[in-house]
Amino acid sequence: MADFKSVLSEQMIKDFAENEVKPLAQEVDEQERFPVETAEKMAKMGLFGIIIPREYGGAGGNYNMYISAVEELSKHCGTTGVILSAHTSLCAAPILEYGTEEQKQKYLPDLASGKKIGAFGLTEPNAGTDASNQQTRAVEMEDHYLLNGSKIFITNAGYAETYVIIAVTGKGPKGPEMSAFIVEKAFPGFSIGKKEKKMGIRGSSTCELIFENVKVPKENMLGKRGDGFKIAMKTLDGGRVGIAAQALGIAEGALQSTIAYVKSRKQFGKSISGFQNTQFVLADLATRVEAAKLLVYAAVDAKQNKLPTLSVKAAQAKLYASETAMEVTTKCVQLHGGYGYTREYPIERMMRDAKITEIYEGTSEVQRMVISGALLRK
Amino acid sequence: MAKNVWVFCEQRDGELQSVAIELLGVARELADKVNEKVVALLLGDGVSAKANDLVAYGADEVRVVDHANLKHFVTEYYAQAVTQLVKANDPNVVLFGATSIGRDLAPRLSARLHTGLTADCTKLEMDEAGNLFMTRPAFGGNLFATIICPEHRPQMSTVRPGVMKKPEFDGARKGDIIQETINWDDSKAVVKVVEEVKETKNVEKIEDAKILVSCGRGVKDVAPAFDVAKKVKGTVSSSRSLVDSGIIEHARQVGQTGKTVRPQAYLAFGISGAIQHLAGMEESEYIVAVNTDVNAPIFKVANLGIVADANAVLKQLDKIL
Amino acid sequence: MKIIVCIKQVPNTTEIKIDPVKNTLIRDGVPSIINPDDKTAIEVALQLKEKHGAEVVVLTMGPMQAEKALREALAMGADEAYLLSDRAFAGSDTLATSTIIAAAVKKLGADLVLCGRQAIDGDTAQVGPQIAEHLGIPQITYAAAVDYDAEREVLVVKRQFEDRYQTLEAKGLCLVTVLSTLGTPRYMNVWDMVAQDEKEIGIITFADLDLDKANIGLSGSPTKVKSTATKQFDKTIETVELDPEGAARAIVDALKARHLI
Repeated sequence: MADFKSVLSEQMIKDFAENEVKPLAQEVDEQERFPVETAEKMAKMGLFGIIIPREYGGAGGNYNMYISAVEELSKHCGTTGVILSAHTSLCAAPILEYGTEEQKQKYLPDLASGKKIGAFGLTEPNAGTDASNQQTRAVEMEDHYLLNGSKIFITNAGYAETYVIIAVTGKGPKGPEMSAFIVEKAFPGFSIGKKEKKMGIRGSSTCELIFENVKVPKENMLGKRGDGFKIAMKTLDGGRVGIAAQALGIAEGALQSTIAYVKSRKQFGKSISGFQNTQFVLADLATRVEAAKLLVYAAVDAKQNKLPTLSVKAAQAKLYASETAMEVTTKCVQLHGGYGYTREYPIERMMRDAKITEIYEGTSEVQRMVISGALLRK
Repeated sequence: MAKNVWVFCEQRDGELQSVAIELLGVARELADKVNEKVVALLLGDGVSAKANDLVAYGADEVRVVDHANLKHFVTEYYAQAVTQLVKANDPNVVLFGATSIGRDLAPRLSARLHTGLTADCTKLEMDEAGNLFMTRPAFGGNLFATIICPEHRPQMSTVRPGVMKKPEFDGARKGDIIQETINWDDSKAVVKVVEEVKETKNVEKIEDAKILVSCGRGVKDVAPAFDVAKKVKGTVSSSRSLVDSGIIEHARQVGQTGKTVRPQAYLAFGISGAIQHLAGMEESEYIVAVNTDVNAPIFKVANLGIVADANAVLKQLDKIL
Repeated sequence: MKIIVCIKQVPNTTEIKIDPVKNTLIRDGVPSIINPDDKTAIEVALQLKEKHGAEVVVLTMGPMQAEKALREALAMGADEAYLLSDRAFAGSDTLATSTIIAAAVKKLGADLVLCGRQAIDGDTAQVGPQIAEHLGIPQITYAAAVDYDAEREVLVVKRQFEDRYQTLEAKGLCLVTVLSTLGTPRYMNVWDMVAQDEKEIGIITFADLDLDKANIGLSGSPTKVKSTATKQFDKTIETVELDPEGAARAIVDALKARHLI
């Protein structure tokens, strides 16, 4: 029976990705347009609530189902993949894991149904990889926190209505004390700033968030006061599995379309798939993709079973999968020759989309710090 | 013992449908094989005058049920009429057109009469003992199955329109015309026809065209095809892909999920010739195929195969015609 | 309202190819799908459920693998699923199949029976009307639109013909076969996907039904397959490579030679 479920889940998301996501991918990229219609269809299918338990309106599915959805969507469109990943891993997951019962009751049903999309705000102009250097402040008042500052490079910004925001609430023993808050788009003083023009995932909305005297009710603090940095880091551990899946999907999609291309493209009187160079390159790429897949699903297993190894597994999965995506797409463009450099084929878009996976939710260098840190701590 | 070959002769608004005539042709062949009669069933309201035409097309006998209940096609009334006639006369074969009427009525009757039914046949043959061999496509036209119904009578089948050849009209033929009376059971006819609306489509009927200019995926712009069709007094048809992409209306589609055509000339432009398409046009008398791919299956059924760009050829044809 | 939707699991015939050497069907690796018209019937049932409230029950006959088709229907939002599976059913033609399905519908009870117009493997369109006759209920085939008038308690159906349509009304239990053009079936959804995993598929066997062995299976089928053949093409022609001008001239010459223009 479990077999039918995995077969059918795969079919569900595959049919959707091929029929609804693939045809829009080029347009979304060219026009730098957030695919609202796709998000609505995803909502109807419950994709935004896969991991949310049924008592909060979700499907009560597992991480495997969620991650394979990100992977499958990303095969055709990296933009669509990250919309789901940011919503689920960076917003729904921390509320689910650290939220009070009231917060879960209030926020999760709309996130599960996709009525509201979620986002996460940590990065600031002066706090990228050095995430602890936060400038955004939340000052405790009588019945609320007064939030001031800004965030940049926020995925889903503008389209999201529910945000998990990290801000400094005071001084801690080892530096600034940080806390996490659930901030609604409708809160007065909260506005969306500059929209970034990007190299890849151009349909994904990436904007600045501006907080000017935003009154955040005290009951919207996520976790305990001072837990903000921990929550952010744990959330990113989960997020990295999603980005690793996005990278894996991009690599798989690139490989698939390149295989089709080399079979049809003829040079010197035969298909270029007949040349050993093509064959060997494809063999190496397919092997890397398979290795990335194993790492991604090992991290999924750690996340699903709440294993302490998650942090390292997620870092390894993201490091390897994103570098694989970059290598696969670059070499696939090469196999396409001149056509690969044109926008007539999707492969150049996949290469541009792949690059971000080495950067966001922790650069490859950050992943290496996480992995080596765990190795040397002992 | 069951005998004679019956044809349910479909009419709409009193007009005999082409498939009814086609079926009289094949019924004649089958009946002659065993020296039996061709019996035409003519059901409708105010249709008796058409009975003579059925004789002229080969019926030896026409059984007419002319009744207000049969004004519109209502499954139950039509089923009652045919059932009573079949039970009273024990035919060996009953044929129906595989239309939206025949394919509604025939299965209902087969269950009521407890006999076999073979759908959408493209070939019918009979042995001396009166056994009918019914050949039909299956699996999207990939497979042909020959079906028999050895122990039940009548042997019934629906036959695909456009496949059987129409017989010649012979006004001198003689036949019996019998007016039948049916015992109607109104209590069973519970589906009410609220309205019936004829859909007047501007589309020329591709199944009646002498020449078809047919476009497939390889045709980027269908406008020249319409011009060419106009100049040769033909009609534009298409393969499934252009219908699926909304470029051409479904009524023009040839093939398994469209119509079966047998024009005098079928000009296939940019059609690769999937088996589902070939099933709908391979009986055409003369087939021209234009395609850039020398390996396209359409060339297997073409009388004249031309490896060239369909778009350029269409434009050129438009110019010189 | 309890709606029974009769579905069939079929090979995706668009992916079937012919082995050019052995001249047989290659069925290996061809995926099994819910017959497209039947999937639309599921969609119609789910829409009626959303609009008027209904219990949607899917029913199929086939080998145990057909459970996948039923589970897909559950993952689309159907409430219950039953599989008719028994060795005694094997080899049934359309009449025998309809006899078995009708017995199951009778046992399960329904206020409306929906079927697809026809299956893409057999293309017969016969089982629906035959089920209706066995049950002694009216049929409406070729439905291009289906709606329920809750106030008058009548089903309103647009019945499509090649050249016209009828608007039909039926009160009480009836069977409707729907065209796939009626509506695009929804995708499966995550909620029902997870929920179906906890549902049991009801298995219905010969012993569960009021059936006479003489009317079912191979021996109870009036029609028999005598032989099958794959397509053969006998035309052998020459294919020529021409420039557009030459091609156009060749076509015009050929049509003139046949006095067509």
